[in-house]
Amino acid sequence: MPSDPNHVLEFPGGYTRSVGPVIGRFLSELRDGRLVGVRTATGRVLVPPTEYDPDTGADVTGEWVEVGPAGTVTSWAWVPHPRPDHPLDRPFAWALVRPDGADTALLHALDLGVLDPGADPPRHLKTGLRVRPRWRAERRGEIGDIACFQPEVTMINAPTRLEYRVRGGRALDRFLAGIAEGRILGHRCPVCGSVIVPMKGLCPRDGVPTTEEVEVADTGTVTTFAVNNIPDPRAPEVPFVSAYILLDGADLTMLALVAGIPADQVRMGMRVRAAWRPREEWGPTMANIRWFEPLGEPDVPFERIKDYL
Amino acid sequence: MTREIAVVAFVQTRHEAEDGGLSETEMLAPVITGIKELTGLRRFGFTCSGSCDYLAGAPFSFVAALDAVGAWPPISESHVEMDAAWALYEAYVRLLHDDVDTALVYGFGKSSQADVRKVMTAQLDPYYLTPLVPDQVSLAALQARAYLERTGAKEDDLLAVAARSRAAGRANPYALHLEDPDASAGYAVAPLRSYDVAPVTDGAAAIVLAAGDRARELCEHPAWIRGIDHRADAHGLGARDLSRAEAARIAGERAGARDIEVAELHAQFSHEELMLREALGLGEDVQVNPSGGPLSANPIMATGLIRIGEAAARIHDGTARRTLGHATSGPCLQQNLVCVLEGDTRG
Repeated sequence: MPSDPNHVLEFPGGYTRSVGPVIGRFLSELRDGRLVGVRTATGRVLVPPTEYDPDTGADVTGEWVEVGPAGTVTSWAWVPHPRPDHPLDRPFAWALVRPDGADTALLHALDLGVLDPGADPPRHLKTGLRVRPRWRAERRGEIGDIACFQPEVTMINAPTRLEYRVRGGRALDRFLAGIAEGRILGHRCPVCGSVIVPMKGLCPRDGVPTTEEVEVADTGTVTTFAVNNIPDPRAPEVPFVSAYILLDGADLTMLALVAGIPADQVRMGMRVRAAWRPREEWGPTMANIRWFEPLGEPDVPFERIKDYL
Repeated sequence: MTREIAVVAFVQTRHEAEDGGLSETEMLAPVITGIKELTGLRRFGFTCSGSCDYLAGAPFSFVAALDAVGAWPPISESHVEMDAAWALYEAYVRLLHDDVDTALVYGFGKSSQADVRKVMTAQLDPYYLTPLVPDQVSLAALQARAYLERTGAKEDDLLAVAARSRAAGRANPYALHLEDPDASAGYAVAPLRSYDVAPVTDGAAAIVLAAGDRARELCEHPAWIRGIDHRADAHGLGARDLSRAEAARIAGERAGARDIEVAELHAQFSHEELMLREALGLGEDVQVNPSGGPLSANPIMATGLIRIGEAAARIHDGTARRTLGHATSGPCLQQNLVCVLEGDTRG
């Protein structure tokens, strides 16, 4: 490929071509924002239309059919690095699109949105994808009157934001005050004896107030867990693991992140310890504990955690 | 009975990946000189060439190439603006007229002078396709996707074609010698990776056809053309089943593509070899592209002729009895030519 041509083959101003009645009709309708096809003697609808039936060579009928504009992708090719003369300057697909009501397909560019150069094809790009044209505002009777195709709308993104000022309540405030000092506090139920962490000032089982404060260890056991593939502000790297952790000395599990181990190696019964942030960063917040990390002790048998799932 | 016509000589350049500084005519001249020496012929009953003005960017560039042939006193000459395999077809038909006995066929191209991916958009439908500038590799990738999805073949199957072609090409002194494909190469246009695309190549090739006894005089083991046919699919890419090489299938059927030992296929992209194997009914026992094929050297406009030349060479050297040369033209295997060659049966 010459980077610095010393010879150019060009028709200045472009090459003028007459289009004839069939292609002319298609391009005129395109300029009006409509997609049409022509019917063959055998009843097939050709889009884009030709003067002849590609199967038989016979003249097409004079019957025009409005098709699409929605259609289905019948094959596609992914361009990770568009060339300067391509219709789009970001990664895109070439697609054969069969408009609804047509029996043949039209080649065009398919825009999948903003993607970095070199991007892999998005997962939802598949043969069978439903697409529609994106029309240019200024149309001139050219195939480029359709700027490109784009997927049909299957999802919206709804703004979701409400604002609050919340108070944790007395029990939680006390719990967080402990956390601010690097202590994990709970209450023991006067009826069942369970240690509830974090305490709520009530035993959820017995429905009685609790007041007896107990400090529990920052080590515990994973009882169950989930591998998350959607990033979270607290865990921007995916996949991350969230787990129920039964702290030593507690009788209720606590939801926390698990790190320091590949997601696919986390196990039920795995022993873990809290990874605290540096003391100078501590405040009355659970963020003091970054996550839990493997302790390296033997796993706890399922029998001993089966009631804490 | 139809006149028997054979490929009696085949010469090609040592193809180059970069512009060697020769003009097209200078590149072609040694090939013409070589085939004249090989056959001992100075003049031919008919001459036909295949080339593409758009590669050189000059109208009637093929006329200049006649300087390499020598056209005085005036010769009977023709040209196709296609791969020279179609020039061979024209020469074959010309020889069937019975009044001349020999024909020179040649093709040449310097792809290195232009951006082939873009040049090839000039051959497309000017109303619906060319304005979008869908380059050659993008269109091939559309077909590759259609083929992979229909058959369940995987991208690894494409890699295997590229690897085998490149290994074979390294054993062919005329081909480019390309390294094993890098399996981690990124996509050129998905699903095609850079190694699935034939390399830019400059080169030329020539064949001499001769009829009947003249063929036996000129060549110890003439490669007789037992069948030759070419067919075209619909022009509109969306008007045909892109996952199949239907025109190749029909051409193969009509040319008698059966009992083939060696097939040289004009597959410029890895998936095209798989599609052509299917269309031509070539089983696992058929040796495909022992020369390395177009994935190892693709001098456009000579590549298809070289397939017939390589298929004939296997008969000339006695290593095969019945071979097949295939050529294609247009986007996505639209036009296909199949030539079935056979050696004399020795008793």
